[in-house]
Amino acid sequence: MTVTLDARIPAGPIADKWDNHRFSTRLVNPANKRKYQVIIVGSGLAGASAAATLGELGYRVKVFTFHDSPRRAHSIAAQGGINAAKNYRNDGDSVYRLFYDTVKGGDYRSREANVYRLAQVSGEIIDQCAAQGGPFAREYGGLLDNRSFGGAQVSRTFYARGQTGQQLLLGAYQALARQIAAGTVELFTRAEMLDVVLDDGRTAGIVVRDLVTGAVTSHAAHAVVLATGGYSNVFYLSTNAMACNVTAIWRAHRRGAVFANPCYTQIHPTCIPASDEFQSKLTLMSESLRNDGRIWVPTDPDDTRPPNQIPEDARDYYLERAYPAFGNLVPRDVASRAAMRMIDQGRGVGPLGNGVYLDFHDSIGRLGADVVEERYGNLFEMYQRITDEDPYRAPMRIYPAPHYTMGGLWVDYNLMTTVPGLYALGEANFSDHGANRLGASALMQGLADGYFVLPATIGDYLADFLNAEPLPTDHPAFVAAEREVRGRVDGFLAVSGTRPVDWFHRELGKIMIEQCGMARSRPGLEKAMAEIPALRAEFDADVRVLGSADTVNQSLEKAGRVADFFELAELMCRDALDREESCGGHFRVEHQTADGEARRDDDNFAFVSAWEWQGDDAPQVKVEEPLVFEHVELAQRSYK
Amino acid sequence: MNLTLRVWRQAGADAPGRFETYPAEGIPPEASFLEMLDIVNERLERNGAEPIAFDHDCREGICGSCGVMIDGVPHGPQLGTATCQLHMRRFDEGDTVVVEPWRAAGFPVVRDLMVDRSAFDRIIEAGGYISVSTGSAPDANEIPVPKDAADAAMDAAACIGCGACVAACPNSAAQLFTAAKLVHLNLLPQGQAERDRRTVAMVDTMESFFGSCTNHGECETACPKGISIDTIALMNRDYLKARLSDRRLLGRS
Repeated sequence: MTVTLDARIPAGPIADKWDNHRFSTRLVNPANKRKYQVIIVGSGLAGASAAATLGELGYRVKVFTFHDSPRRAHSIAAQGGINAAKNYRNDGDSVYRLFYDTVKGGDYRSREANVYRLAQVSGEIIDQCAAQGGPFAREYGGLLDNRSFGGAQVSRTFYARGQTGQQLLLGAYQALARQIAAGTVELFTRAEMLDVVLDDGRTAGIVVRDLVTGAVTSHAAHAVVLATGGYSNVFYLSTNAMACNVTAIWRAHRRGAVFANPCYTQIHPTCIPASDEFQSKLTLMSESLRNDGRIWVPTDPDDTRPPNQIPEDARDYYLERAYPAFGNLVPRDVASRAAMRMIDQGRGVGPLGNGVYLDFHDSIGRLGADVVEERYGNLFEMYQRITDEDPYRAPMRIYPAPHYTMGGLWVDYNLMTTVPGLYALGEANFSDHGANRLGASALMQGLADGYFVLPATIGDYLADFLNAEPLPTDHPAFVAAEREVRGRVDGFLAVSGTRPVDWFHRELGKIMIEQCGMARSRPGLEKAMAEIPALRAEFDADVRVLGSADTVNQSLEKAGRVADFFELAELMCRDALDREESCGGHFRVEHQTADGEARRDDDNFAFVSAWEWQGDDAPQVKVEEPLVFEHVELAQRSYK
Repeated sequence: MNLTLRVWRQAGADAPGRFETYPAEGIPPEASFLEMLDIVNERLERNGAEPIAFDHDCREGICGSCGVMIDGVPHGPQLGTATCQLHMRRFDEGDTVVVEPWRAAGFPVVRDLMVDRSAFDRIIEAGGYISVSTGSAPDANEIPVPKDAADAAMDAAACIGCGACVAACPNSAAQLFTAAKLVHLNLLPQGQAERDRRTVAMVDTMESFFGSCTNHGECETACPKGISIDTIALMNRDYLKARLSDRRLLGRS
């Protein structure tokens, strides 16, 4: 069986689509909303904002988070800012320009109608967050300040110091707390969703494991919303938090939700390089550093002098050399690949040869140390804390790290997956960023989906089920799903092997970063596709998870997540192999221009690759959603 | 580096706890404190012992999940630093390091080094928000906020909700956490309409879970985000005013 993908893009001129759609969408009247139960999994920007808003509208909502509090979600770590087409700077910004920049930045692999809507609601997001008391940066007149960000020629990024994600998440969390107090939302913490339950092809609810007691229970609803973030931790080392995982959306995928563009992953250029093999995560430093820092490596790979003793003529400012127009401010994917090439040439710096220099010497000379401190003081302090080196005196060492995943569950214009009644929001869906996300656009998309899009579209589905009770949780569909979940959990404990879960995760990460990271090749991907199942077989036979299933057991939690990463990793490699072009974060070495830039193939690959699960014994089948560009002209990106 | 750990182990909320001693040998000085615990845990598992449970997530000092008492000090010896950002180079070769969960009646132990901080969520639910339903906000620039007020609100809003302030306090009081949120919202023009109601509700909820403040100031020292104890004074002022004011007259000058 194969699904047909209907993106349900409304008719009409692009600027009117969202209005027309909202008008033609069926509504649920206020008194009837309380008759509907909606489940939201995940409490980050998308999940918390959706839960709060649905609660305000009068729906009965249950929110599940595997953290001890909704406020821990990884949205909290976003640093730089949030884009909005407010044109407060009077610098020529508009909804259309934000739309255009986002489609171009995504290397022409996103859906025009979705991106346009994102740009349309961007201004309302800022209004909402400011009214909630978000402490945005202000000018002396009391009005909002803006900064510029990569991939744009206007200043449209709103920010709260280097903690924009934290402040926006706390705003959404507080709005959620208000609804919890009002009784419209019920909160479940330390509760991990481990399956989606379907009845007659529709979403009936979820199965959840309590991470403190180990109890496995079912929760029924008229609709289920997954807002569970991205899957960069498939690489083991990434900028994601330790618990970020693919399990919720992968379980949904196995139940029939097609998975779109799994190979579109973003590698962020300015992270602190790993220092040893026990390193557990990579720390990102805002890409705003590239505004004033100069990136270089020694010209001679054998030059082992300390950086300050390497004279100018023995340094290669490779970005300024190769991309004179944009210099150190090329987009993330271009900067990351250039750093990788330097390291592949043996010109990496630092004890492990795994970094490039980001040098502020010239800026300090030009602006003075105090100006540099004012702009980047908190980042310099963070760098010093981690590396014990002083970036005011010696250049920083940076290296690219897996950061964001543009791929995710396929959704239509209503944000519904291919399973009726199952929605995906924020990083968990694939919809708006194409093959590369621009800086300060993740917060915008998460909040657009949760505050404005889902609350307006979900009624269209729910309207059919007025006065229909959710499936009882003792229904055979729930009982069977619970039994499967318990069986899987007990299965990890029963292996009694010799190697801890983390060992397997690290090995998987090495395969993925090597073969499916910044540069991908046919032989490399084929090698990975042979190695991953072999490692998976070792995991199944030799993983060691101690303790029991009816208490806190963090290794047991991880085992389930790593097992799902194995399956995802195979699909990522297949998707990367199938896409015989380079675009955005997906770089196939076979498809590059003479000077090493990504070469798209619009004639043959202007589509979304959506993969449909076929069971454990057969590989997924690819379904294509053609991408039609009526407003943005397809062009090769050039930053030279 | 070679260290010896004395770690609090407790199987569950109602189980008795005890200290266990573990060697932590060959630890790279550049490892973070939590990476050191990862290494110890991986060795425990290889040797057939259950790993030490501890809360952690972002490992960059912003999510507030982590936090343990290290030699009796919340988040350890480095000021303004969450446990995940503390690096082993801060310790000396041969040190014995005592690792315990937050100790406070308001934070019952869940297992080993994990505690239940849900009382913090209850305090926020009591009033730690500005009531503005989605869609009803005016244009963002219609509400000017003096830069100084915005900056001071941001200073308070930087709280990560880790609970170190409670763990540090001899009375297990949660004044610094509660005051940080109150000051963030009460300083802003958007927060004025609910200022009195919010203050009373949050303070009363806080007192139902936690002890009272007697001005030790340990909380400020322990806070990884440097939240000032001045916020507590502002909270006390607002609480007194709210208790004395007649809310029906608000809005009249």
